[in-house]
Amino acid sequence: MRFGFAKPAPSGPVSGDAGYARPLESGTLDVSHGVILYLEDITVSFDGFKALNGLSLSIDDGELRCIIGPNGAGKTTMMDCITGKTRPDRGTAFFGQSLDLTRMREPEIAAAGIGRKFQKPTVFERHSVFDNFELALKQDKRVRATLRARVDDAARDRISTMLQRVGLAPQADRLAGTLSHGEKQWLEIGMLLMQEPRLLLLDEPVAGMTDEETERTAELFLSLAGHHSLVVVEHDMAFVASIARTVTVLHEGRVLAEGGLESVQNDPQVIEVYLGR
Amino acid sequence: MRSALSLFLAALALLSLLHLAVPAGSAWHVSDFTIALLGKIMCYAIVAVAMDLIWGYGGILSLGHGLFFALGGYAFGMYLMRTIGLEGVYHSNLPDFMVFLDWKAYPWYWTGTEHLGWSLVLVVAVPALLAAVFGYFAFRSRIKGVYFSIITQALTYAFMLLFFRNETGFGGNNGFTDFKRILDFPITSPGMRAGLFVLSGLALAGTLLLCRALVASRFGRVLTAIRDAESRVMFLGYQPLWYKLAAWTLSAALCGIAGALYVPQVGIINPGEMSPANSIEIAIWVAVGGRATLWGPVLGAFVVNLAKSYFTVAFPDYWLFFLGFLFVMVTLFLPEGIPGVVVRIRRRLGGSS
Repeated sequence: MRFGFAKPAPSGPVSGDAGYARPLESGTLDVSHGVILYLEDITVSFDGFKALNGLSLSIDDGELRCIIGPNGAGKTTMMDCITGKTRPDRGTAFFGQSLDLTRMREPEIAAAGIGRKFQKPTVFERHSVFDNFELALKQDKRVRATLRARVDDAARDRISTMLQRVGLAPQADRLAGTLSHGEKQWLEIGMLLMQEPRLLLLDEPVAGMTDEETERTAELFLSLAGHHSLVVVEHDMAFVASIARTVTVLHEGRVLAEGGLESVQNDPQVIEVYLGR
Repeated sequence: MRSALSLFLAALALLSLLHLAVPAGSAWHVSDFTIALLGKIMCYAIVAVAMDLIWGYGGILSLGHGLFFALGGYAFGMYLMRTIGLEGVYHSNLPDFMVFLDWKAYPWYWTGTEHLGWSLVLVVAVPALLAAVFGYFAFRSRIKGVYFSIITQALTYAFMLLFFRNETGFGGNNGFTDFKRILDFPITSPGMRAGLFVLSGLALAGTLLLCRALVASRFGRVLTAIRDAESRVMFLGYQPLWYKLAAWTLSAALCGIAGALYVPQVGIINPGEMSPANSIEIAIWVAVGGRATLWGPVLGAFVVNLAKSYFTVAFPDYWLFFLGFLFVMVTLFLPEGIPGVVVRIRRRLGGSS
């Protein structure tokens, strides 16, 4: 086996838990081969319907990848598999060289450095914007630590930097539930960034945003690429065109085409199932 | 907050003084009945606050909290039974119900219960341990919402059936009663009554302060975040299991303490305390008082129980109808309980200015 248990268990939030994910995959993220996410032959079926059917995909470290595909192509199921929400029936999913995602639970995967934005913006509606960021902050997330935790100056600085960055500084004390749809999207993206993830999975990040907000989101994502790896699922083709380097087209649970936006758009198969409609 | 606390402590002191120092004939005398009733309701209020911690803040509706209350009561009741000594009907070293069963010795789980200290350990440990084991499996399996509520309801019902059996060794359907003393002090003396009354008040104040500190901490913010968006909490790297389990176990332990204070004041504990209806009533106190406010459930426990003590005397047949009516009305019109009404009135008054 190319992943072992030789390295000591991390002392982060992933330790101390027992459950179906045992034994814990220990060790840290290893991207020495330049690949941060590696999916091979992933199959997931729900009552006989194959949501994913032998999906294979790899994402390079620092890459910004757009994933498109018609409804039901398996985009969200793919994210569920990567983040531990759904266990694939078959296939492997590795984060870097050493972390087997199919054997980890959601919080462990999050702690290992994968952040996920849901299709429907999911923030803590009855907490203030500031508190949302405070909870997201990369820090000790075990019960005992949270009992006596204080927001220190360093944390406050990081939160206010993020508030500026996503343009929510004036709303810091408002309840997140009172934000507009677009603002919630930004809040959620900001919360992901507070975790300092290596890989960001973004499910329809610009849905419900105004054109101006969409433009600012594109700028943000372009500035993140390189430091982080991003996987963006989006239907808004103008947005995809503004950020895309490599585009992957999913169809019926597998990769139909991959390449630059233009070559994908001219692919006759893609035109038939998706763009040509 | 601090002034509310001092006011409450002053009221406790004043009431016990009026009970102890003013002769029974005087208009200023506070009767045994009043002291016992208020003491009892304060025990209920502790349960209501414990319930608010997991329901109001954690979003976990337990319909079995009466079980933890009753277990605390039974744990302390064992000590109270031991202090009866040879004064039982059969003048035996064993409680009457054991003589009746022709048992010759105490069963193993009664070991050490003649010591006040050990029984106080059991008061906290038994409900907490049961809650921890049950909660671990339930939360690990991600049982939530109405499914969780139904299982807790079944749990308390199963324990009630178990405690109804004479062979269980807790007095069957009669439970424990006829208590004589705590340490060497007679249990019906005015001093003991006032002491238990004050102790219940202090326990209530302590529970409120503890829960308030918890919900104001980051732990509390994570707990409410789990209530509102559990998947987001998980994807931020928190393990919801441990947060729920910590709040749940603490809540059960607080109920155990409340039960232990309750039993010597009402003079009896029987399996009826574990009936599903009792646990549902706890949820009603919290709903009436307003969830996620801590002080609201205290108010709810007082309002509902004062109404109950009036109704069950004036219209004994209609209490359950009234309770059901109250619950339906609160659910339909006052989802935020009494504090919601206050806010609404304030808004209406302030709206024009």
